[in-house]
Amino acid sequence: MNVTLVHSAVQPHVPMSIAAAEPVLRVRNLEVTYYTDSGRAKALDNVSFSLKAGEKLGMVGESGSGKSTLALAMMRMIKPPGRIEGGQVLVGDTDLMALDQEGMRKARLSRIAYIPQGAMNSLNPVMRIGAQMIDAVRSHLPDEPKPAVEARCKRALQSVDLDAGVFRMYAHELSGGMKQRVCIAIGILLDPDVIIADEPTSALDVVTQRQVMETIDNVQKAINAAVILIGHDMGLMAQFVDRVAVMYAGRLVEMSSVREMFTDPKHPYSRALIRSLPSLDNKGVFQGIPGLAPSLLRLPTGCAFHPRCDSAMPECSTARPEAQILPGGRSVTCHLFDGEA
Amino acid sequence: MQARTIPTGKNHQECSVTLRFIIRRLVFLVLVIWAASTIVFFIPRLSNRNALRERFGELARTGGFSPADLEKIIASMQQQFGLDRPLLEQYWQYLHNVVRFDFGYSLYRYPSTVSDLIAQSLPWTIGLLLVSTILSFIIGNLLGGISAWPRAPRWMRSIATPFVLLTGVPPVIMAILLLFFIGFKLKWLPLGGAYSVGQVPNLSWGFALDLLRHQILPALSLILGSVGGWVLSMRGMGITIQGEDYVNFAEHKGLTAGRIFRDYYMRNALLPQVTGFALALGTVVTSAIIVEGLFGLPGIGTMLNLAIRANDFPTIYGIVLFITIAVAVLMTIVEFLYPLLDPRVRQS
Repeated sequence: MNVTLVHSAVQPHVPMSIAAAEPVLRVRNLEVTYYTDSGRAKALDNVSFSLKAGEKLGMVGESGSGKSTLALAMMRMIKPPGRIEGGQVLVGDTDLMALDQEGMRKARLSRIAYIPQGAMNSLNPVMRIGAQMIDAVRSHLPDEPKPAVEARCKRALQSVDLDAGVFRMYAHELSGGMKQRVCIAIGILLDPDVIIADEPTSALDVVTQRQVMETIDNVQKAINAAVILIGHDMGLMAQFVDRVAVMYAGRLVEMSSVREMFTDPKHPYSRALIRSLPSLDNKGVFQGIPGLAPSLLRLPTGCAFHPRCDSAMPECSTARPEAQILPGGRSVTCHLFDGEA
Repeated sequence: MQARTIPTGKNHQECSVTLRFIIRRLVFLVLVIWAASTIVFFIPRLSNRNALRERFGELARTGGFSPADLEKIIASMQQQFGLDRPLLEQYWQYLHNVVRFDFGYSLYRYPSTVSDLIAQSLPWTIGLLLVSTILSFIIGNLLGGISAWPRAPRWMRSIATPFVLLTGVPPVIMAILLLFFIGFKLKWLPLGGAYSVGQVPNLSWGFALDLLRHQILPALSLILGSVGGWVLSMRGMGITIQGEDYVNFAEHKGLTAGRIFRDYYMRNALLPQVTGFALALGTVVTSAIIVEGLFGLPGIGTMLNLAIRANDFPTIYGIVLFITIAVAVLMTIVEFLYPLLDPRVRQS
């Protein structure tokens, strides 16, 4: 069966032009290990996926499942004792992992931009917002004349619905939502191909959360970038992304369109995640996921999720499942679907 | 009710806030100076010692005039210095003089005034003490900043370690060691004095070089001992700042390492150090007495030392008061600088 054909057929909400386009981001077999005193912790284990221009991917998972590590690894910002052990991150045709230091510095923001998790403290308190935007542009386009740089920065502020006056202000004069918008504005300054937003709404109130998400949505449409949205909030995510990827213990356990994920999750962990969401139908009944996320230092044998899995089989504790592409193009890493690929 | 943080139309408000801040600091400065001069006025008068009697008693013992005349001389001197008038009147006159930087006459070097003595010795102290304090501030903070900067090469980060070890060595010992090894054994630099014996101060390159050679060892003994302190406090700050989100985000923005280090890391880590600098200015005098004494430099420290040995009370109190005023003024200046460095302070 031709997988790609079916793939585009069952995703009617993705425009055909996007579905047919070449992926702008391809992550292949990305591996990150932290060398701690008590042993090696594999924070990313053989993670592969690809994104097309204009596509939005939501990345969910418990704390410590490797979402942020994935974002940092793609930016090549993993700090010791962590190390990127292997894999490729291709933006267009450039493999970020093969670039030298200076090449990677230039790729940051101009090819792949990162919108930080703690936007509250992500702006330098002693520099004006404008200066922090200008130095970002300047370090990539040293020859652009000053008026052009300033115009570019003010355009970016405008596109995140901020007043041009913010340009002359300091971080402490802005509200949390405004600071997050400034970070988004900085992220889109150079029209990157890929934007990674690491829990962009985690410290904001619900109203601001929605506004910030809409801002990301708008700027993303304007520059047609691929977006990876990292976060815990499945509800918020459901409204904004095209596809959802679920991570567990450093592995990508399921990746599918947002509709399929919410109506028919395949992996037992995704099923449990969706079940744990509060809904209007079963008020007051919350179903958690039994057990705790495993320590990366002592992962269970076989499938890392098997001790908490309600449909575990004998082979789950011995053999590690590999990612399966199911009919329809979604991928699942679980023994339950071994025969179906 | 008016909200406090309205971004528009705050210029006027900000201006008056700044003005209020400046006025408040200046009033405080005047109060500090008044308190210091009052203490300096009353403390010698609390003791039973009479500087005039001691000075002339000494002269009488070494001969020159009969002990019978002593009382007369003292009485006339008391009158001349106004010491026979009521205390409050003396105090009022004294405050009046202090405002005009008139600290009276030196007993030991009469008829030189204390202000003259200070004016003579001050350039030496400023030249050595202020310069070496600023130098050790710059060197110490730079080394401390680098030592906490994880992106710096390992060899660079370890330069600071020997300076930290030297912090434990008091300036006296440091000065003696430097004098012994570099001055006496190796004969690289002169052993003491402000300039070579026989030289006449003039405005030539030769003299300037000679002057500089004489200042190196004293400056080194001050700098080597104090750099470590700056290194330690800056490293503590640096470790906090290097993990801040804005430093990481700066790297995500693809800034060059140098720019992140300067504008995002050092700029923020230095803020509390500026306060430390103001405090360090206060200890400058203590070091001056020791180091100027050891190296035979004619600065304020030496002058104070001589005055103490000679029981020259007006000079002692004049110098102490002058130093207090100088440090208070310098600290106020640093405090005025602080809002320029940190925009967050401007509004609170």
